[in-house]
Amino acid sequence: MNLTAFLFRRLWQMIPTLLGVVLLVFLLFNWVGGDPAYVLAGKMANPEDIANIRHQLGIDRPMWEQLLIFIRQIVTGDFGNSWATREPVSEIFRTRLGPSLVLLIPMLLLETLVAVVVALIVSAVRGSVLDRTLMVTSTVVMSISLLVYIIVGQYVFASLLGWFPVKGWSDNLWRNLTTYAVLPVLLGLMVSIAPSVRLYRTFILDEIGQDYVRTARAKGLSEPRILLVHVLRNAAIPIVTNVLMGLPVLLTGAFLLERFFAIPGIGREIILAVERSDFPIIKAATVYVAVATLLANLLGDLLYRALDPRVHFE
Amino acid sequence: MPIERASPGLWTLAWRRLRRDRVGMTALLVVGCYLAVVMMALMGWIATDWTREVGVNYAPPVFWEQDQDETAQRSAVGHDTPDRPIALYGLQDPLAPVLAAIRAQYPQDRDLVEAPRRLSLPLGGDKWGHDVWIKVIKGSETSILVGLVSALLATLLGTLMGAVAGYFGHWVDDGFNWLYGVFTAIPYLLLVFAIAAVLQQKGVITLILILGLTGWTGVFRLVRAEYLKHKTREYVLAAGAMGASDARRMFIHILPNISHVILVQLSQNVVGFIKSEVILSFLGFGVPVDVVSWGSMLNEAQNELILGKWWQLAAAGLAMAILVTAFSMLTDALRDALDPKLKY
Repeated sequence: MNLTAFLFRRLWQMIPTLLGVVLLVFLLFNWVGGDPAYVLAGKMANPEDIANIRHQLGIDRPMWEQLLIFIRQIVTGDFGNSWATREPVSEIFRTRLGPSLVLLIPMLLLETLVAVVVALIVSAVRGSVLDRTLMVTSTVVMSISLLVYIIVGQYVFASLLGWFPVKGWSDNLWRNLTTYAVLPVLLGLMVSIAPSVRLYRTFILDEIGQDYVRTARAKGLSEPRILLVHVLRNAAIPIVTNVLMGLPVLLTGAFLLERFFAIPGIGREIILAVERSDFPIIKAATVYVAVATLLANLLGDLLYRALDPRVHFE
Repeated sequence: MPIERASPGLWTLAWRRLRRDRVGMTALLVVGCYLAVVMMALMGWIATDWTREVGVNYAPPVFWEQDQDETAQRSAVGHDTPDRPIALYGLQDPLAPVLAAIRAQYPQDRDLVEAPRRLSLPLGGDKWGHDVWIKVIKGSETSILVGLVSALLATLLGTLMGAVAGYFGHWVDDGFNWLYGVFTAIPYLLLVFAIAAVLQQKGVITLILILGLTGWTGVFRLVRAEYLKHKTREYVLAAGAMGASDARRMFIHILPNISHVILVQLSQNVVGFIKSEVILSFLGFGVPVDVVSWGSMLNEAQNELILGKWWQLAAAGLAMAILVTAFSMLTDALRDALDPKLKY
């Protein structure tokens, strides 16, 4: 099958998944969630107010009609206004996306690069003191909660030593990258590199045990060449999958980092929305992040195909 | 006639190998200690009442002498309600008759004296003088139980679904893949947040169900991939040729060969769910306020650190780090013991 047909088929296959997501979100918020009018109307609500709000929100209509409204909101991108701040939901996402990306992209690039390099080094010297020391260190490092890193890191490096600003953000991309995002990115890397190194090391060692490596050694290839050319190409398949599977985990880290360092990104907005029961924001975030994740997965599959010619999609 | 001894099985061999692994046995011992503490706390033998205010506010740990002067001063000043008759100030107490009536009604309460508060506690005290040592035990109980039970639930779900999907393929696989697609399209913590926002009902059981029912996807993906790979291998085809049923091939033949994958994933899940629980409780979306967990302790500790009271942060952070480290090392040891082909 050629690439275009494959792409079209995969995009076509996304539709049932998206419908599933829409259904799941709809069931959660419109059926399990109960009646938000009582929350919105405040403590001293009279029945008329509640009826008014119910009418405004459209939740006095039948379920199927509500589902249609929800789908129309997704297609048009108009989720109405935030319940808490009255700011249009689309506006919130448009303005909060940038800061999140400024935090996430350096983190993803640095993490993958450092983790693969370190994993290759420890695999090359497997069984040595360096390997065992690094593995024990990484096990300990990844066992400490991100929360502890953030709390201690922010206190020591920002409050006590003053190397970085405690929190904040600016309108200048360069200033954000070089000043405000540095400490959050480093703290995020503290927790994300160690598990990746451990995992990539097992991927690489799994490959080193294979017959083709013995063949390569028998041919007289040098150990670095075996590792970098033969093993890495095969280990790259699970590594790429893992990087893409790790995206949501990265987003998890971003939730906390954005909250602690007052970075006006999507993660912080979502936590605020959960605290305020601001349903339109959570609904929109869930659906749109799902679309983004699906596109990332498609990219992962394309890479998978490019890296491993044995993989064929039926 | 010589008696033939049965050759040792997979698990016997694995146990023999594990027993030779000193790091693995140490990790097993540490995890065992934690589990024993959790069991004892569950049975109500230790750390029964973490809400008792046994120390002065922010009582320092016994080994930390720096704050002793400050604490002594505070305890000399006494509690913030001076027990001095209002008449000394030359005022008439307007509530005196009511108070007298109440005192007459409950005579036994008059003899109640506030228990002396301790100036220092083994691991220090929090803002209200709760014993951090007892809080850590109760916190461990909550966090470990939530992590363990939800990880078992998620791993069981993921393994069953992955095995069925990978083994049978076709429309069964399509169905499970659809479900997998829906659940993984939404990042895990975002999904958990959304459910927490909707439910508005906090509790340990709710937390376990949320984490367990949403967290099966990682296991599913790996197990399904392994079954896809293994179902066409010769040993499975041979088992089929000898008349082994589908269930037998799936769970007797293939499952042991991929058990190290599931175990690694189970350990990652326990660790991951403990971390998720801690994050959720930290943000206030997890355990209710009357339950203490590592997350709620870290939440309090965040503000305490700025005041220089580091002990609750250290206690909760260390308790968590030690358990998670030991658990990861135990899993590595188990993996090595179960899969001797992997020789590093």
